[in-house]
Amino acid sequence: MNFVVPDFYPAAAEILVAVMALVIMLASTFARRVASDLAYGLTQLTLVFAALVSVLVSPNLLAAVAAVISELPLFGVRLAEVLMSLAEGYAANEVVATFSGMFIGDMLGGLLKVFSLLAVAIALLYGRGYLADRKIDRPEYYLLSLLMSLGMMVMISANHMLSLYMGLEMMSLSLYGMVAFDRESPRATEAAMKYFVLGALASGLLLYGMSMIYGATGSLELSGIAQSIYHQAANKTVLVFGLVFIVAGVAFKLGVVPFHMWVPDVYQGAPTAVTLMISSAPKLAAFAMAMRLLVYGLFELADQWQTMLMFLSVLSIVLGNLAAIAQSNIKRMLAYSGISHMGFVLLGLLAGVVDGDRNFALNAYSSAMFYAVSYVIMSLASFGMVILLSRAGFEAETIDDFKGLNKRNSWFAALMMIVMFSMAGIPFFIGFFAKLSVLQAVVAAGYVWLAVVAVLMSVIGAFYYLRVVKVMYFEEPVDSTPIRAQGEVRFLLSANGLAIAVLGLLPQGLMSLCAYALLASL
Amino acid sequence: MLENYFPVLMFILVGLGFGLVPVILGRLVAPNRPGSEKLSPYECGFEAFEDARMKFDVRYYLIAILFILFDLEIAFLFPWATVFQEFIAAGQVAWFVFGSVMVFIAVLVIGYVVEWKNGALDWE
Amino acid sequence: MTDMQKLYLLVPLAPLAGALLAGLFGKAIGRAGSHIVTILGVAVALAASVVIFQDVQAGNTFNGTVYTWMKSGNLTFEVGFLIDPLTVMMMLVVTFVSLMVHIYTIGYMHDDPGYQRFFSYISLFTFSMLMLVMSNNFLQLFFGWEAVGLVSYLLIGFWYERPTAIYANLKAFLVNRVGDFGFLLGIGLIAAYTGSLNYAEVFAKGSELAAQDMAVTGWPLITAICICLFIGAMGKSAQVPLHVWLPDSMEGPTPISALIHAATMVTAGIFMVARMSPLFELSDVALSFVLVIGATTALFMGFLGIVQNDIKRVVAYSTLSQLGYMTVALGVSAYSAAVFHLMTHAFFKALLFLGAGSVIIGMHHDQDMRNMGGLWKYMPITWITSLLGSLALIGFPFFAGFYSKDSIIEAVHASHIPGAGYALFCVLAGVFVTAFYSFRMYFLVFHGKERFGNNHGHHDHEGDHDDEEVSADHHHGLAPGQKPHESPWVVTLPLVLLAVPSVVIGFFTIEPMLFGNWFKGVIHVGSNHVGLSELAAQFHGPVAMALHGLQTAPFWLAMGGVVLAWFFYMVRPDIPAAIQRTFRPVHALLENKYFFDRFNEIVFAGGSRLIGKGLWKAGDQGIIDGVAVNGTARLVGWVAQISRLFQTGHLYQYAFAMIIGVFILLTFWFNLV
Repeated sequence: MNFVVPDFYPAAAEILVAVMALVIMLASTFARRVASDLAYGLTQLTLVFAALVSVLVSPNLLAAVAAVISELPLFGVRLAEVLMSLAEGYAANEVVATFSGMFIGDMLGGLLKVFSLLAVAIALLYGRGYLADRKIDRPEYYLLSLLMSLGMMVMISANHMLSLYMGLEMMSLSLYGMVAFDRESPRATEAAMKYFVLGALASGLLLYGMSMIYGATGSLELSGIAQSIYHQAANKTVLVFGLVFIVAGVAFKLGVVPFHMWVPDVYQGAPTAVTLMISSAPKLAAFAMAMRLLVYGLFELADQWQTMLMFLSVLSIVLGNLAAIAQSNIKRMLAYSGISHMGFVLLGLLAGVVDGDRNFALNAYSSAMFYAVSYVIMSLASFGMVILLSRAGFEAETIDDFKGLNKRNSWFAALMMIVMFSMAGIPFFIGFFAKLSVLQAVVAAGYVWLAVVAVLMSVIGAFYYLRVVKVMYFEEPVDSTPIRAQGEVRFLLSANGLAIAVLGLLPQGLMSLCAYALLASL
Repeated sequence: MLENYFPVLMFILVGLGFGLVPVILGRLVAPNRPGSEKLSPYECGFEAFEDARMKFDVRYYLIAILFILFDLEIAFLFPWATVFQEFIAAGQVAWFVFGSVMVFIAVLVIGYVVEWKNGALDWE
Repeated sequence: MTDMQKLYLLVPLAPLAGALLAGLFGKAIGRAGSHIVTILGVAVALAASVVIFQDVQAGNTFNGTVYTWMKSGNLTFEVGFLIDPLTVMMMLVVTFVSLMVHIYTIGYMHDDPGYQRFFSYISLFTFSMLMLVMSNNFLQLFFGWEAVGLVSYLLIGFWYERPTAIYANLKAFLVNRVGDFGFLLGIGLIAAYTGSLNYAEVFAKGSELAAQDMAVTGWPLITAICICLFIGAMGKSAQVPLHVWLPDSMEGPTPISALIHAATMVTAGIFMVARMSPLFELSDVALSFVLVIGATTALFMGFLGIVQNDIKRVVAYSTLSQLGYMTVALGVSAYSAAVFHLMTHAFFKALLFLGAGSVIIGMHHDQDMRNMGGLWKYMPITWITSLLGSLALIGFPFFAGFYSKDSIIEAVHASHIPGAGYALFCVLAGVFVTAFYSFRMYFLVFHGKERFGNNHGHHDHEGDHDDEEVSADHHHGLAPGQKPHESPWVVTLPLVLLAVPSVVIGFFTIEPMLFGNWFKGVIHVGSNHVGLSELAAQFHGPVAMALHGLQTAPFWLAMGGVVLAWFFYMVRPDIPAAIQRTFRPVHALLENKYFFDRFNEIVFAGGSRLIGKGLWKAGDQGIIDGVAVNGTARLVGWVAQISRLFQTGHLYQYAFAMIIGVFILLTFWFNLV
């Protein structure tokens, strides 16, 4: 009996979210009259605190954040000191594994958790008015989003096939529920049904792959798997067979071709607030899943999975960009654009190992991470704009709804233009640097043809982004209802759009944060 | 390597045999005299008055799912109970092992309270 | 970050903050608010520059990165500062003149509806110029370079309702494009061959570059780099033949003519070449090229000043000619003399421009000198300060201009590189011409008969064609019987403050700047070039130099110019007209500015229109639109429609696609195991 009491500290943020989920569940049951507002408020508080706790429990991340804060004027230095003192007394290990090796606390996880928690918080804030207009802002929605966050956090910090799968299912089940949240809408129900069935299929594939890997290596712990392959104790045939299914499972979550079919239908069918949710934070979680499974667990098979990812990414970039052109529905268009963006993330992931040389790995993976993070920022802003244009009884769904936005509200038109430019990869917005760093990684790895294809397709892709800009600026508005939104949505959406521009001018900070997170965690 | 799987093959064959042989025997040996009563769908106790593919009340699923949830809880508790003895003997982590299961049960209790309060257990 | 580094950062950021406040919130903070925040920003920058100046005097220089913008391959793009004597001198000049111009603007732009916009622009300009001079790498230099160009473009076209202003700013923009193209090529060559954009790293590899030839063409690399860089300087510092934009830039409000088109931006090219002295020293060919271009500009642009009647244009041509002097100094490796002249020129030329502006205010925006005369009675401060500025300009002993210009002439005299003889002739003749047109202007404006008020409405410029329309809408002039009067104190105060350095700065700074150690380690003169070493041997203090100057040719040439101007325009005003008649072809040549504009219009503008049309018809419409664009578009549209067909909405087909995907991945399994 050598059972060790686990160290709870690295999982403090997860525990906080779990406890708060229960509290919100009880509170909204017993205080029905204010349930929605109460649940919303508590959820937002929880998310922000969980993000803070995630920083505090990761010493490297804390140091990086404190370094940034101490540069701020006025109370910056003092604030950084306070922050550091909060985490005092905890040994600054770079990587901590706990819960019998099921959970890993490292800077990569910490950073991704912070970004995804904030993304969920922003998505909830944008979506609140939308849900209220449609009378579906029930407390369960916020509860589900919190449980989804918990699932993502478990997944991001997973060091074990089982905990990873558990986190994945927790996230997915919550998302299915959220897609179907508007029970009266047949489209949403249909989308949820499709998402659920295909998700179940993908889960099945993933589980099958996991069982194969377990069969070959005799371990479910990722580091154990890696060791077993390294010592060549595993049957390669079985391993690669399992790898195929693992890649398929990851590809489904990222939504890359040919596992992408759910993406356009679900994005279009789900209430826009939910689309916003699906298109942001879960992409980070899916990136983390890819990192944990492929890089932490199966790095020795990089040659094999890189080839598979290459196939997936080329298909995604080509099909995503081409299909987006034919869309007249903006949510569908953004769905296809998301598919091509995920193809770019894969481009970064597949450039890590060249002929057994691993010197490129750090650069390549950090570029992929940077891309994923920037995509989330852009995606939040773009769907945020779609939500902004919708109101009670009206869904801003088609590109035509953006006609003459400049005449209706020039500030938001400018923001949307920034977002579209950035997504198209026009300098100097964050999307440009994301594309640039990924392409550099690909070229460094020697896949020049891949970079050429990617660039060509993004040039074609620029067309549909610019079409939105054209419609906004050069066409007459069909709908002259003034755009109304709560102050905080206006403020945050503006900040979000400006962040895209500012980070485009000063990308180095975020880039080095990503690189440093990987350096401290690999 | 492959011979290790021989018992499995035997198992499959025996299984197939058990399933198929009585059916084939029955077809061959038994007399076959159909009548209207005999061909009517079998329902235990009451008349078959509509299509078998009828809609079930959704509450049926609700109850079933809730049942499964608590069923699983018990399923988790059995293995725990068997090893708990050993933890008590080892001393040290017994309280932790006890406490973690109490937390597990507490979470389920909260869920139970919530569904009760929300009326999920009322049939009408 | 140390305190000094924070201070370095403060210098450019304070004007930027002012510009943003005035630009974005101009309406909210009002006119007074706008000028207060921008003046405060520039004043802070000036104060910080003074502190940095003292720090540099104490021997503390700085060269480091402030922010790494991005890395691309081995090339790093950074924002960094290089703080050394050259930089800090430029910082002082830029912030001081800019502050003067800010104050002056309060009076000059008093009634303009674009008041806040103007302040925002000039503060933005100050920021860009500071970024340019403080840079420690080529990228930031280029950023500053383009940013000052942009603001200059915006300011020339400040009165955007005027077609002439729009024409002038477009012209400035296009001509600068030519220069910037060369500049960018030069930077590109440097980046390609040294793999670095940092000054110090590039200079360290200078001798390596000098030993190399360019790929493909086989040209000596260092010469190609230097000439490319200098082409950039030619655009920005308006050297022949890229000078054509500067006279037209006088369409902008006078304060910016003083700040941008006289004191600071146009000297960016001079500064850049001086900064690059370690590279230029390695190529005699490039130096000769610089020398000949500069000498040509110095003399022939001076001639044009003689025939101008618009007061601002006279000063503009004088600026061109003085820039030529600076370029000549660069060509003979007297970089510190060039920078010295840059500094003195910044003060007295800003003074002359602001003085001209003050006259223009007094004349109610009539700029024609033939309508002036006898103004000394009505505008005493403007009169005295303009006289001081003119004396400084013609190089009268003890005045600032004397020390710098005389040093340049002596340096040319001592030089042996090819073209030095021609240059010596040009700069000597230039002295005479300078004195002549400066005092022609002075006499026409401040002395003689009072010609204002009586021929209102008659604005025969005889000048270039684009000037004709201008006269109609903004040359108001004085009504009959109206008298000009002195400008308000916000206008005259900067005049007085600028007059002080115009008179004394040369006397006090010549010794450390030219012959002392001030530029040691910053400006590099090769052992095979004379530079200022011969001069240093003969130098016995500023007083001795001035007294000696009384006996030399340049002084008497200048005096001759003054006397001739006095004789022509005060004693016998009929003579110039007679000469004009006799030498009609020469006059026509000068009137039309050597037909540069006509030439450009026909050859470059016409030619590019022709090429453009050809490319448009054959290339664009035929190949690109027909085959490439429309063809691709059709193909893309077709593929997009096909891919849409797959998205049927049927669940089982989606699942089927996934299964197919797994099978395709499995084929990898067969191949990869």
